[in-house]
Amino acid sequence: MAKYNLKVNGKMRSVDVDPTTPMLWVLRDHLNLVGTKYGCGIAMCGACTVHLNGMAMRSCQLPVSMVGTQEITTIEGLSEDASHPVQKAWLDHDVAQCGYCQSGQIMSAVALLKNNPNPSDEDIEATMSGNICRCGTYLRIKEAIKTAAKN
Amino acid sequence: MGKTLKLDRRSFLKSSALAGGGLMLSFNWLTPAKAAASFEMAEDWNELTGYIKITSDNVIKILCPNPEFGQNVMTSLPMMVAEELDVKWDDVVVEMGPHDNVKLGPQFTGGSNSIRMYWRPLREAGAAARQMLRQAAADTWGAPVEEVTTSNGVLNHSSGKSAKYGEMAVKASSLTLPTGLKLKEQKDFKIVSKSKKNVEGEKIVTGKPLFGSDFKVDGMLIAMIQHPPAFGMKLKSFDAAQTKSMPGIKDVFSFKLFDDDFVQGGFDTRSFNEVIAIVGNTTWEVMNARKKLKASWEPAGDVTEVMSGRGGNRDVVVPGRLETSENQMELMAQKAQGPAQELRKDGDPETAFKNAKTIIERTYNAPFLAHNCMEPMNFFAHVEEDKALVVGPLQAPGWMEPTLSKVLNLPADKIEIRMTRMGGGFGRRAYCQYTHEAARISQKMKAPIKLLYTREDDMTYGIYRPMYTATYRAALDENKNLIAFHVKGGGIPESPIHANRFPAGAIDNYLAEAWEIPSNVTIGAFRAPRSNFNAAAEQSFLDEVAEAMGKDPIDFRLELLKRAKENPVGKNNDYDADRYAGVLELVRDKSGWGKDENKKYNRGVAAYFCHNSYAAHVVDMVYRDGAPYVEKVTSAMDCGIVINPESAKNMVEGAVVDGIGNAFYGSMTFKEGQPDHNNFNSYRLIRHSEAPKSIDVHFVKSENDPTGLGEPPFPPVFGAVANALYKTTGKRYYNQPFETSEQPTSL
Repeated sequence: MAKYNLKVNGKMRSVDVDPTTPMLWVLRDHLNLVGTKYGCGIAMCGACTVHLNGMAMRSCQLPVSMVGTQEITTIEGLSEDASHPVQKAWLDHDVAQCGYCQSGQIMSAVALLKNNPNPSDEDIEATMSGNICRCGTYLRIKEAIKTAAKN
Repeated sequence: MGKTLKLDRRSFLKSSALAGGGLMLSFNWLTPAKAAASFEMAEDWNELTGYIKITSDNVIKILCPNPEFGQNVMTSLPMMVAEELDVKWDDVVVEMGPHDNVKLGPQFTGGSNSIRMYWRPLREAGAAARQMLRQAAADTWGAPVEEVTTSNGVLNHSSGKSAKYGEMAVKASSLTLPTGLKLKEQKDFKIVSKSKKNVEGEKIVTGKPLFGSDFKVDGMLIAMIQHPPAFGMKLKSFDAAQTKSMPGIKDVFSFKLFDDDFVQGGFDTRSFNEVIAIVGNTTWEVMNARKKLKASWEPAGDVTEVMSGRGGNRDVVVPGRLETSENQMELMAQKAQGPAQELRKDGDPETAFKNAKTIIERTYNAPFLAHNCMEPMNFFAHVEEDKALVVGPLQAPGWMEPTLSKVLNLPADKIEIRMTRMGGGFGRRAYCQYTHEAARISQKMKAPIKLLYTREDDMTYGIYRPMYTATYRAALDENKNLIAFHVKGGGIPESPIHANRFPAGAIDNYLAEAWEIPSNVTIGAFRAPRSNFNAAAEQSFLDEVAEAMGKDPIDFRLELLKRAKENPVGKNNDYDADRYAGVLELVRDKSGWGKDENKKYNRGVAAYFCHNSYAAHVVDMVYRDGAPYVEKVTSAMDCGIVINPESAKNMVEGAVVDGIGNAFYGSMTFKEGQPDHNNFNSYRLIRHSEAPKSIDVHFVKSENDPTGLGEPPFPPVFGAVANALYKTTGKRYYNQPFETSEQPTSL
């Protein structure tokens, strides 16, 4: 076990965990931030996507010991009231079916738009193909990303 | 004028029997308001019926009876209540109802039944509540009830008196249930058939705890299961010393899910009866400690299980052989040559085939499929001496409860079940081995626990879609008329054949036969069970028959449906030929079938009827980077009145994407009983770049009572994809998943 001071959603949080613990489980089990989801544990589905210094990261493959002073942002850190333009676009297009993968989808989309404010369809498909939606809401996700890009 | 309904329980039961069948008979939803007051409820809530709660300060809460797994019932079911209650949709607060089959009906999410089963009772509930509020106002104001009107949650009288619903709620709750209610006509709908956003949308996009896996209480432990590595194996012994010494680990023990004399119901399916539980403080600690577990396994041999059924209990022998997919295929091919059970026979198919000028015979195969819900199976349980609380994702709490009661040896009324939002279901969560496992573990630990399956557990410990095969034969005479049709289908461990479905009823000589091969691989419902195979096989076959007859595939189907309508063959044809034709005509029109501008596409069409709704798709395929790709899909649906149009479109789009994905990639295979795939690195699911560019969804305008959409659009996608693949590659595809890596024969 080791102590870590982590900057999560703009706040300093302290945890005492095994150094190999993935951020996914630090967030979910220790910091009570359960918006970040477990889907596969091997970075193949994207449900656990968070931002590390603004970059999209699969938190299931990010040991807490590697985080250091880098800033973690989770779905809860985008906004609490769904006011972030990407969250709003998701609501405008009524994207979700079961909704389980959507926080990961949104985090990937936010990171995409940060790097590429006007992505083409191909850009969206390439970046978002790491995030599985078992319900098949891909078309709405794409439209929501385009709407968010406009705003 | 609306339809007049008598709201006494007896007439309701009579009506429900007409509309639905078995499950509805026990549907005792109309608890008199006075009795309802004796149920435990939050302070200050006035329960008007089982579905509606209105506070004195005018908060209008509508409970959703059925579990939500993405089909959007939490929005669409309350919309039906709100329509008759006459409230503003924006004023309504929706909450998932508790498990209470007496007050909230069957509460079963599956079979695309939610909308269909609740359409009448939920509107009646809304209408009854509105009537009671009117009566309360009339009594208060000393006015005849006929003179009290409502508008958007406000009661009005011509004298100028006015009150919000909340002001009359207490008084209304003491009234007896009204009779002789009138329900609205379709033209008067203000909420139904207008698109309403997902009521949990905001919680979803802000990451609020909604799912079973998000649920936690203080002092909760985490549990995982180690199950045998292969179907047909069982636990021999294990050494947990190292695991127990790992940080955070509380206990490791094996347990039996069901006692030896347990009589299984149809939804008590579980892959292995004895498993090992690893329990600790946190997920990562349990995951790590589990890796140190030393367990040895041995062949289980043949196992006899007792199943309950309509004809009483019966013994079922689960064979012990360790199955390998190549051998499963061989077994099926052999069995397909042997005798089978005749399910339906019209005319004289043997003679017709003997006299045929041409016989077309094709065999179709499809593999096991894993459900792969994005949220792996999990459940919370806190079992105490005399009561239990279980919380999590499940589709059928009412079916799970009696089993859990036996497992825990607790009366059902001492077990509280709470349903969370489910991260997908697709049939998987109708089988609740994980709930019982969680309860057993909590009972042993004397602590609240949450059981979590890893993705690997979820995929290798499945209740899979069965493996199927079917051989179709068509007989044509010298004039290329279709004179006989024969389907013989089977699978491991069940046959897929629905003998009374189209094209039964449209062909003079018809034979449907079934066979099955028992297996220890556990199977269960998977989005449109059996139909998801039949629609692929039959709709591909009809395409090939149409081609042999020199007919357009849509014209050919419409001709058969015309025959089925005008001069049906046999009895019990379980489809409405007009509505079936309706979706084909709509998809023909909306897709621009046969139009020059669509020549750039290789088009495949398919239509199917299942779970009370009709679906047709035209799939437009192109080559992209040298491989067939579905670029565009046009869909036509007939599900009667569409409750929530935008959400209905979403459901169809999702079914199309799911269908394309499973048709191209879906497959679970086994080696010596061991699943070949255990995560998304080898089990392929469709991704963003593989989804179509557009899915154009249309609904038949209808006055028919609404039916479901979770399943019906899914099966015909497989057939339409297969038919488009033929147009694209010049090759027919008979085996799923469709191989797309081969070089095209025509470009």
